[in-house]
Amino acid sequence: MYSIAKENLNSLYAAIAGSYDLFMPIKTAGQTNYGFWKEGAEGDIDTLKTIRSGKDAFFPQVEQLYTVNREIVPADVAAGDDAEKAADTPVRTKLKVTPGKLVDQDFVIFGMRACDVRAIEVMDNVFLTDPVDSYYKSRREHGIVVALACHEPEESCFCTVFGVDPADPSKAKADVATWMIDGKLYWKALTEKGEALTAKVADLFEQEDADAKVEEEKSYIEGIAKQLPNAELSLEGWGAGKTDEKFKSEVWDKVYKGCLGCGTCTFVCPTCQCYDIKDYTTKDGIQRYRCWDSCMYSDFTLMAGGQNRQTQLQRFRQRFMHKLVYYPTNNDGMFMCVGCGRCVEKCPQSLNIVKVIKAFAENK
Amino acid sequence: MQELINRLKELIADGTVVRAIGWKKGDMPYNPEPAYFEKPEDFDNFVYDGFCGANLSKMMIEAAKLEGKTAVCLKPCDTYSFNQLIREHRVNRENTYIIGVGCRGKLDIEKARKEGIKGIKSIAGVDIEGDGDVTFDTIYGEKKMAYKDLMLDRCHVCKGKDHVIFDEVIGESKDTADADRFEEVIKIEKMTPEERFAFFKSELSKCIRCNACRNVCPACSCRKCVFDNTKFDSQQKANVDSFEEKMFHIIRAFHVAGRCTDCGECSRVCPEGIPLHLFNRKFIKDIDTFYGEFQAGKDPEAQSPLTDFTFDDLEPKDAVGRGDK
Repeated sequence: MYSIAKENLNSLYAAIAGSYDLFMPIKTAGQTNYGFWKEGAEGDIDTLKTIRSGKDAFFPQVEQLYTVNREIVPADVAAGDDAEKAADTPVRTKLKVTPGKLVDQDFVIFGMRACDVRAIEVMDNVFLTDPVDSYYKSRREHGIVVALACHEPEESCFCTVFGVDPADPSKAKADVATWMIDGKLYWKALTEKGEALTAKVADLFEQEDADAKVEEEKSYIEGIAKQLPNAELSLEGWGAGKTDEKFKSEVWDKVYKGCLGCGTCTFVCPTCQCYDIKDYTTKDGIQRYRCWDSCMYSDFTLMAGGQNRQTQLQRFRQRFMHKLVYYPTNNDGMFMCVGCGRCVEKCPQSLNIVKVIKAFAENK
Repeated sequence: MQELINRLKELIADGTVVRAIGWKKGDMPYNPEPAYFEKPEDFDNFVYDGFCGANLSKMMIEAAKLEGKTAVCLKPCDTYSFNQLIREHRVNRENTYIIGVGCRGKLDIEKARKEGIKGIKSIAGVDIEGDGDVTFDTIYGEKKMAYKDLMLDRCHVCKGKDHVIFDEVIGESKDTADADRFEEVIKIEKMTPEERFAFFKSELSKCIRCNACRNVCPACSCRKCVFDNTKFDSQQKANVDSFEEKMFHIIRAFHVAGRCTDCGECSRVCPEGIPLHLFNRKFIKDIDTFYGEFQAGKDPEAQSPLTDFTFDDLEPKDAVGRGDK
């Protein structure tokens, strides 16, 4: 197995960034979020949870889809090169559509935790099934994911409930698995893309027989994961086919009341993938963009008829029904939550998916 | 806490109020949630401890429209927000029964996380009475922190232990101020314009526009916010660059100027840890300087300097350009 000392990570980042765009956890103004690494940036893979997940790598908060411009058609062209007719031909315009640029260069997502890697699978089911989203697909094809084991999981983590293994990122659908053990990063390529990345930076690595060390680290992490307060959270009663039973439940009325209707949970969530498509009016046309939307917002899915969800109870119910019932119903039982616990940490009113699941279990 | 629970149950039982708003025990030792309580058994989950930082006054806008009176638990600083809501005709005082609850400073779990405390199983020493250290029992061993070191930033500039409006008070309060309220503002004023720009750029570029600051803010009580308007692109759902979020925050700060009580909820709830209160506090400092000391929410009858007119008012030309000096 390859290894590199923690103090040399900056040269690893620099080497990766020499060949690829490097998207990784970076500390700015006291907080760690994913961003593009450049010389002088403070890479931070010690912080267990970035505030936003790394989903931006494939599904950025804002992206340009295409622009439409109005072009004036010269009178003689419009008149079919007939000079006499041209004088009487009114000015005509035609619309020109320019698609947004697709990602066409490989890039690296470094230090992603197993829960966030699982979240990519969740998004794949949405964006890569028919009709395939070409913007997302191009990023997926070119993204190389380097996953990192969670040395010390925190109490808000409950990924094991969804079958995610925080100890062994090689089980995640990543391209490289890494472990940080005693000041050294251990590196194992898992796919062809991962091998290609490894080859580019192999000079910086040492070769080391570290299988035993990694096994020891895995069992340490597994031991911690078992002690987490929500390790035994039961998903009984949720999943595919529970729409009628859960939708009509009176429990929603008991759990939503503190909700502020802000979008914190949806924006820090690695699996929330709802978006809005809007036009920005330019001088001679529009720019069509998409941006993250939140089912917590009053204008979410608002259409001309005005019949979107009118109450916060309905919005709150939608978010959890989507994650725990609708999505599993449409995706062979797979849940749209990976147990990262960001909502547990960040909800201003301390509401979260764990509390919802527990409230339903208590009010059976 | 038991005295508070008993009294709330009593108020419901004797028909004074129909329901109460307080905090419900969380599933972690640090995450109680604002909640309604009606039946005696609802109170089995009632909690009031150091982690009950949420300001419940804004919930009364909706609660006071319900049939029958609602009791609400307000800490001393929360009562300023409630007064301000009365001033703006946003809450029905007649339909509200205010229990002033004691406070010895509220806690911020992020402070513990910053100290590397994680894997928390239980926390001791956060009860409303008591004055010892806070002890964390974690998967990674026992950790201790002084209560003071775990307090929300806003509690270090506490407005005092008195409730400015209440029907009754239960429990003792403590003035926890140990810092100057305007110290951080003065620090920023002393920066060069370039430094100041860089500071706000690095902070506000973290904004994810989740709107938590706006939705929690008792001064943000518009029925329809301009930023929720689906017309005219005023929603600003997308940005040209990450710093464009400054527009949202600057507009919001101007809109709450003279009305912000400095309750600190914006900074408490920001998932990105942006010190949003600094904008508001700068306005408060300027108002104090130009119009004489004024605390929004202290007196619901008092005129706010920004909506009042006197012949002694500062001329705009005297305020503009002072940054050049």
